[in-house]
Amino acid sequence: MLTYVLKRVLQSALVLLVVGLVAFSMFQFVGDPIDNMLGQERTDADIARLRAELGLDQPFPVQYYKFLENAVQGDFGVSYRQGRPVAEILVERAPATLELAAVSGFLAISIGIGLGVFTAIRKDGFLANAIMSISLIGVSLPTFLIGILLIYLFSVELGWLPAFGRGDVVKFGWWSTGLLTSTGLKAIILPAITLGLYQMTLIMRLVRSEMLEVLRQDYVRFARARGLKDRTVNFRHALKNTLVPVITVTGLQLGSIIAFAIITETVFQWPGVGLLFINAVQFVDIPVMAAYLMLISVMFVGINLIVDLLYFAIDPRLRTDGKGAH
Amino acid sequence: MTEKLLDIEGLSVHFPTRRKLFVAVNKANLTVEPGEIHGLVGESGAGKSTIGAAVMGLLERPGHIAEGTVSFKGEHINGRDADGMRALRGAKISMIFQDPLTSLNPLLTVGQQLVETIQFHLNLSEADSKKRAIELLDRVGIPMPDERINQYPHQFSGGMRQRVVIALALCSEPDVIIADEPTTALDVSIQAQILELIKELARERQTGVVLITHDMGVIADTTDKVTVMYQGEVVESGTTQQVLGAPAHEYTKSLIAAVPRPTLKVHRFPQLSYGGRQIEFHIDDLARNWDRPEPTKSGTLLKVDGLTKTFLQSGSIIPSRRKYFTAVDKVSFDIREGEVFGIVGESGSGKSTVARMIATLYQTNGGKIFFDDEEITQLKTAKDLETYRRQIQMIFQDPFSSLNPRMRVDEIIAEPVKHHKLLEGAAIQHRVDELLERVGLGSEAGRKYPHEFSGGQRQRISIARALATQPRFLICDEPTSALDVSIQAQILNILKDLQEHLGLTMLFISHDLPVVRQMCDRVGVMRQGQMVEVAETEALFAAPKETYTRELLSLMPKLEGLSTEGLEDEII
Repeated sequence: MLTYVLKRVLQSALVLLVVGLVAFSMFQFVGDPIDNMLGQERTDADIARLRAELGLDQPFPVQYYKFLENAVQGDFGVSYRQGRPVAEILVERAPATLELAAVSGFLAISIGIGLGVFTAIRKDGFLANAIMSISLIGVSLPTFLIGILLIYLFSVELGWLPAFGRGDVVKFGWWSTGLLTSTGLKAIILPAITLGLYQMTLIMRLVRSEMLEVLRQDYVRFARARGLKDRTVNFRHALKNTLVPVITVTGLQLGSIIAFAIITETVFQWPGVGLLFINAVQFVDIPVMAAYLMLISVMFVGINLIVDLLYFAIDPRLRTDGKGAH
Repeated sequence: MTEKLLDIEGLSVHFPTRRKLFVAVNKANLTVEPGEIHGLVGESGAGKSTIGAAVMGLLERPGHIAEGTVSFKGEHINGRDADGMRALRGAKISMIFQDPLTSLNPLLTVGQQLVETIQFHLNLSEADSKKRAIELLDRVGIPMPDERINQYPHQFSGGMRQRVVIALALCSEPDVIIADEPTTALDVSIQAQILELIKELARERQTGVVLITHDMGVIADTTDKVTVMYQGEVVESGTTQQVLGAPAHEYTKSLIAAVPRPTLKVHRFPQLSYGGRQIEFHIDDLARNWDRPEPTKSGTLLKVDGLTKTFLQSGSIIPSRRKYFTAVDKVSFDIREGEVFGIVGESGSGKSTVARMIATLYQTNGGKIFFDDEEITQLKTAKDLETYRRQIQMIFQDPFSSLNPRMRVDEIIAEPVKHHKLLEGAAIQHRVDELLERVGLGSEAGRKYPHEFSGGQRQRISIARALATQPRFLICDEPTSALDVSIQAQILNILKDLQEHLGLTMLFISHDLPVVRQMCDRVGVMRQGQMVEVAETEALFAAPKETYTRELLSLMPKLEGLSTEGLEDEII
């Protein structure tokens, strides 16, 4: 078990190192930052001086090492556009995105698993079939369209919910939350649904098909033959066995909720890192882009590491290696 | 004693499908008395498991009881609603399934599953339930039950798991147990233990048992009464002694005649004549077009010397900490040309691994293989290896997974011919058609896909594929274990014909001793990767030298009461 965890951590570190390399290469190939920083009346001496100051005269590996060293310490350089440290901007923006991702992830998982189990148990029921048909919409419509439709319906026509922004926020140290104010709660509903709808339908369909598979297994038939209640059979015996493959996909999906928040944040003008990234792309603000890339990959890798560890919690067959019967 | 625990009268189970009504069980009768073991025997599709499911109220939709009654202690139980059936299930009537590997929930400990069931049925507290669970595990013969109760199913061996399954079925102290093929997935020695346990329970607790099986050996050794089913209908019922010893119905007669006997050696198995399922196998035609290779000089076609195979059990970066499992340990034997050499052993004894190494599917970790005096393990070029592989072909155990479901049958059979570039163009199709004709499927079968065939037909497709390259050596790895006894008789006859008329040499791997006795000239007994004993078949069965062989032979079902009608002409 410990070797496994260690191995996974090492693999994760390797992935981050590669992503860091890509992020860093962006500085090298997207243009010479000196051009942007010095005006028209620069001399060769100025260029050489700034180059030395920024460490750009060093060979590539040395520069990369410096970049890593700084990145690990949370220093991603200075934003070209805002002239502030990137780390500071990120810390300011991250809570909005993380809150949005957490709420939509929670919605996607809870509703997705619930509906998945329901549609599997009532396989031929009218309601189950209706849910399955409607869920196709969730899979097939693009996120931005769902967002726009929701805004049109609930904000423009009905006027129930705000169309953009995050509402009022409360500060706890560096963390700002919109979940404690009524305007903040209202503001998060539409973006959370927009962001989570695709994952929700995906999780639902996956849970359903896995559950149908598990319900056919001998141990479920045997549990029924022992006279156990339907609820015990469905939830204690069937659902838990469904979860192992579901967790894998859910983990990846949670990562993409954070990554794809870009689109939702743009549609709803949500002040998170996604919107920050879009703005950074428009202004070729490379340090911000690189830092965003690193942040997203840390989250992806972290979530997948947690997923792998969850396997151990759920499936006892992984805990005792090689001791079982063959 | 006359009180009937379970009384099934005129039971019909229907499965309506879109096209027509499928009658799975037609007017079946069956009774079980306390302490009685009632065998329900028949081939696959006979409807015996359906009866079990119908009694439990666990028929898969759209199947339903169309007519007839199921009574438990004189009370009608069919037609009860879902809650009524659930009150009965587990509490009064329990069920044991075939495969102990899949009938336990892998994510819950054995104890959790037991406690849950006991709590539900007997309304005991958690602690009392646990105490009772330990008692039950002890009762079914699991050593150290207070420790093992906290383990997960995968930590138990197959036989131990089936004991756990039985313990689970006993949780509520049921009056009737329906055991659906409880030992089919187990080794002979484990099978004997489990059957002994079921017998004990029936005797001690006066539990009525319905034992569903396709295995005549199990029926003969375990049951008091037997009911024979054929295509949904009960064809014969009576005491085991009477039905097996003097069968009245034609189907029962032909079924019993097809059972391989441990004590008699027959030349050929009588074909199951009931129901017109004769198959044609044209061995003479096949023999006429068969290119026979030069016979070997030494008379020994295959020689295996000190063959060893190890598998990595737990990996580590440091070589000294890696753990290896020796699946095959310095095994030596040789097979003479034209001989059928059998390897018997329990699961995990390494017999299939030996076959795979000979077929060069596995790399060896030591030892040598000689084929026609050439050392196979030293073959360097791909071309030499191909030449060798063309001469050996394999027939696998499971006819369902050994044929690619996405390929047409003619493509499947043509594949080895094309791969070895033996024929070209129309000659390939000609060879395929010929083979399909010879194995009794007809050339039009080539245009179908594997799923359109039954298990026995698929195994004949496998045989046709194996014969396509005109091999000298055939490896049969449990070729009939997945088949019904009448189909097994067909396949074994075909294999016997191949050996006699084409001079094929065979390695025949099986755990079924009676089958081995019928098929093989010489037998090797394997245990835990080692070859325990090699001897002429008749000598081995008459006077086994090693203790393990004796033990194995003693566990073999005796089948002494079985009628020998229809076999007289074939006994050697």
